[in-house]
Amino acid sequence: MTGASIVVRNPGLLTTVQDLGRVGLAHLGVPTAGAVDRRAFGLANRLVGNRRDAAALEITLAGPELELEAGGWVALTGGRVAAEVGRRAVPMDVAVRVEPGEVLGVGSVSTGLRAYLAVRGGIGVAEVLGSRSTDTLSGVGPAPLEEGARLPVGDLVEGDPFQQLAPTPRVDPEPLLRAVRGPRDDLFTDQALHTLIDTAWTVSSDSDRTGIRLDGPVLERRRKLELASEGMVEGSLQVPPDGHPILFLANHPTTGGYPVIAVVAGRDLPLAAQARPGTRLRFRLVSVTAARQAAAGAPV
Amino acid sequence: MRVRPAGERGLLVEVEELETVHRLHAALRELDPPGVVELVPAYRTVLIVAEPDRAGVLDELATALPELELPPAEAVAGETVEVPVRYDGEDLPEVARLTGLEAEEVVRRHTAPEYTVAFLGFSPGFPYLVGLDPALEVPRRDTPRTSIPAGSVGLAGNQTGIYPTASPGGWQLIGRTEVTLFDPARDPPALLAPGTRLRFRVAR
Repeated sequence: MTGASIVVRNPGLLTTVQDLGRVGLAHLGVPTAGAVDRRAFGLANRLVGNRRDAAALEITLAGPELELEAGGWVALTGGRVAAEVGRRAVPMDVAVRVEPGEVLGVGSVSTGLRAYLAVRGGIGVAEVLGSRSTDTLSGVGPAPLEEGARLPVGDLVEGDPFQQLAPTPRVDPEPLLRAVRGPRDDLFTDQALHTLIDTAWTVSSDSDRTGIRLDGPVLERRRKLELASEGMVEGSLQVPPDGHPILFLANHPTTGGYPVIAVVAGRDLPLAAQARPGTRLRFRLVSVTAARQAAAGAPV
Repeated sequence: MRVRPAGERGLLVEVEELETVHRLHAALRELDPPGVVELVPAYRTVLIVAEPDRAGVLDELATALPELELPPAEAVAGETVEVPVRYDGEDLPEVARLTGLEAEEVVRRHTAPEYTVAFLGFSPGFPYLVGLDPALEVPRRDTPRTSIPAGSVGLAGNQTGIYPTASPGGWQLIGRTEVTLFDPARDPPALLAPGTRLRFRVAR
């Protein structure tokens, strides 16, 4: 710990501390949580030379205003956002130096939904159950940022800040997400699987870090059989009785009582994490092997 | 046993009964396959989740699972935890009316069985209990409460449970316990575990 702090002048709409989440506690009902756009989160840490498990700030729609008492290197990634320090504009996807006492103001996210702000060393709040993440579903971990709060800066570094611009992610106005069918696709009609892939689903405003509700046609079940609750993975497209799927993001509950028709490939989850209400999403079904190859970085 | 993919890094293993779930969960914990990060038991399933870059382990597991030797049921039976409850819940009169039983009889029947924690889910430390007397099956409230205090003991359908933390919910509340079900600062953080036996008793 360097002893330096970040003072929250203005927390923004919903700014939380996130890392890779709580792993290995799902059997106790503890959600993983962590950054919902792991790609943007990971890039932010790499740019400032942090370890991959360092915590960063996840900014939702309207950004915070932060005073960096000791200054330092920062990087902004993810949803496109205008930011400035002093009177200087802060570019995204590159490490930027902030001088001691300067205030970093992050504006509104203009494209996408969430931006990530990494500070060299990481956000050094205390770990709870092995993670510094705010679990917005169950309240484990630090509270979302509040005005006047002081965030310690940690020392989880493993390299130098990266001063070359990283490639900017392409933003697709109507993202196409790969998904693997199952585990409960057999509870749905054949038509439901066609409907799933033939529809441009609209992201509902009733969406958060737990999941996004998708408006569109009804996915019909074969039988009105009650399903006993079972374990859920990130990316699950769970279908409640109203027939409209919910796509589970990182802060999803560990178990659920509705059948999962398909699971979105990990590689494409960042697209879902950045989908604002009103965005239209499409799905296409791929094999487990294809989804794994995508995760390993094979050409998209 | 039936094995279904749950995305590229998950396997959902379905078995016939809860006891087999707990035996399979125990066998998999013992096996501790490299790359596996979560084992999530539920009523009829164990979900296995692997790290994204080590998901290949799931293929080996899918092949090995039918041959996997499970420990006997006696070996996985959990300890018994007693939970003292003050049976003064707001919905106790309504539960008595719905079941046609006197309130004292509701309490007697709720404290009689030894329940099994099927699994924890919904929220950290929340136990799904099996063993409820069928006479105590009542529907959920028409209008869920926006906030139910931690420790509330409730009924819904064929389930009874305890709310570990304050949360909204539609269960019929019959009492409250002082026992802390979940505390992140404790090790283990959850009082109960899948397979734990549980008895309610009247708090004095």
